[in-house]
Amino acid sequence: MSHDPGYNFAYLDEGTKRMIRRTLLKAVAIPGHQVPFGAREMPLPYGWGTGGIQVTASILGRDDTLKVIDQGADDTTNAVSIRRFFARVAGVRTTTRTAEATVIQTRHRIPEAPLREGQVIVYQVPMPEPLFRLEPRLAETRRMHALADYGLMHVKLYEDIARHGHVSTAYNYPVMVGGRYLMSPSPIPAFDNPKMDHMPALQLFGAGREKKIYAVPPYTSVRSLDFEDHPFRPHRADGTCAFCGARDSYLDEVVCDDQGSRMFICSDTDYCESRWEPEQ
Amino acid sequence: MMRPGFHDPVPEAQGCFRAMLDAMSRPGRVHTLDVALDAPPPLAPATAAVLLTLADAETSLHLMPDGAAAGDWVRFHCGSAPASLPEASFVLSLGIHPPLSALRQGSEEAPEQGATLICQVRSLTEGEGWRLAGPGIRDFHHLRVEGLAADFLQQWAAQRPAFPRGVDIILCAGRQLAALPRTVTIEEG
Ligand SMILES: [Zn+2]
Repeated sequence: MSHDPGYNFAYLDEGTKRMIRRTLLKAVAIPGHQVPFGAREMPLPYGWGTGGIQVTASILGRDDTLKVIDQGADDTTNAVSIRRFFARVAGVRTTTRTAEATVIQTRHRIPEAPLREGQVIVYQVPMPEPLFRLEPRLAETRRMHALADYGLMHVKLYEDIARHGHVSTAYNYPVMVGGRYLMSPSPIPAFDNPKMDHMPALQLFGAGREKKIYAVPPYTSVRSLDFEDHPFRPHRADGTCAFCGARDSYLDEVVCDDQGSRMFICSDTDYCESRWEPEQ
Repeated sequence: MMRPGFHDPVPEAQGCFRAMLDAMSRPGRVHTLDVALDAPPPLAPATAAVLLTLADAETSLHLMPDGAAAGDWVRFHCGSAPASLPEASFVLSLGIHPPLSALRQGSEEAPEQGATLICQVRSLTEGEGWRLAGPGIRDFHHLRVEGLAADFLQQWAAQRPAFPRGVDIILCAGRQLAALPRTVTIEEG
């Protein structure tokens, strides 16, 4: 398949790609540190993952196979639009199968199937600053990262525990990367946080509106913040997938009839379907 | 006559970048570039490809040595602003590299402004020599580099306490490249 000749390969001009590539190398060299970059306007509105799209466009080559997921699913409007965009402007192969992909762009989930060396996962990030709810002044959060002064976040989590008996954060649960930088994992469920730790794949994060890129190299420590007396526990609905019977995957609760009956199904559609297929 | 840059710039720059991204993500892994580049000596093909992929008019570059044909080629194809050693975002070294402490280190708040040293060396050999550990490496990687300053390991260890400030290195030899991000720790093999 070839790309639409009306666009430069992968849409971005080569100067923009070089700028983002330089940013990516520095992000990888300083795991978890948010590196500012000169984000470009993309033909999709913010909230559609323009940061992730710019990162993907800067790394993608003709031999890549791209998978795009939104909330775990390959068939949502957002995921389909982004996949079609890259099929058109880069002519790359696309897939829904996690194992076949070389680049996976994601919003809100990490696939259930373990990622391997040689794969790159690109997260769409709406708000890269993990401290923004606690400290709105950017100059102040920059200072906190410079000094690794994360007491404010510990106090917030401890207040949560005092009030609810546990940390109430179910999404975007903050992590420490390489024992140095506090990082937002993007709005993935806390259930997915342990997958980030020592992942064999390279993890890249793009925030378009906030103009930041950050990264976690393979085999790097990613620890969810916790306390000795309140260790981190990834939450999962206590249920079984109604389609594939999985008891280990992250589940979505869906209303299945007009009586309001509910059932659980895997949020990762590729994982669920792969469990349906007969073993070869 | 000025020798050309990439023959097919878009895919060649992308391929070179992915090799660099993987090299930076897995310190000590050696990549062999598949590019047809005829850069003027003493520029090795990998060194020339890295420059074409990363450097442009928006970057500042310090050339060492600032020699005739190779310097002209780099200035013509990259168009980077010349900068002094302590100010340049990229430093190209074709001989014995300058002391790492003389390069831009970045600040505590903006450590990404630490320089990238593109360092051409005699050879890169995987699986022997130094023992590398750190982010990107599951257990250890081994890498032998011929052509660095005699006290390179002391220089490298000396920048460690300043982390996250520091310098990152892209090593080039022939068509091969490897990278040393500031996070990697290096022990004599
Ligand atoms: Zn299922």
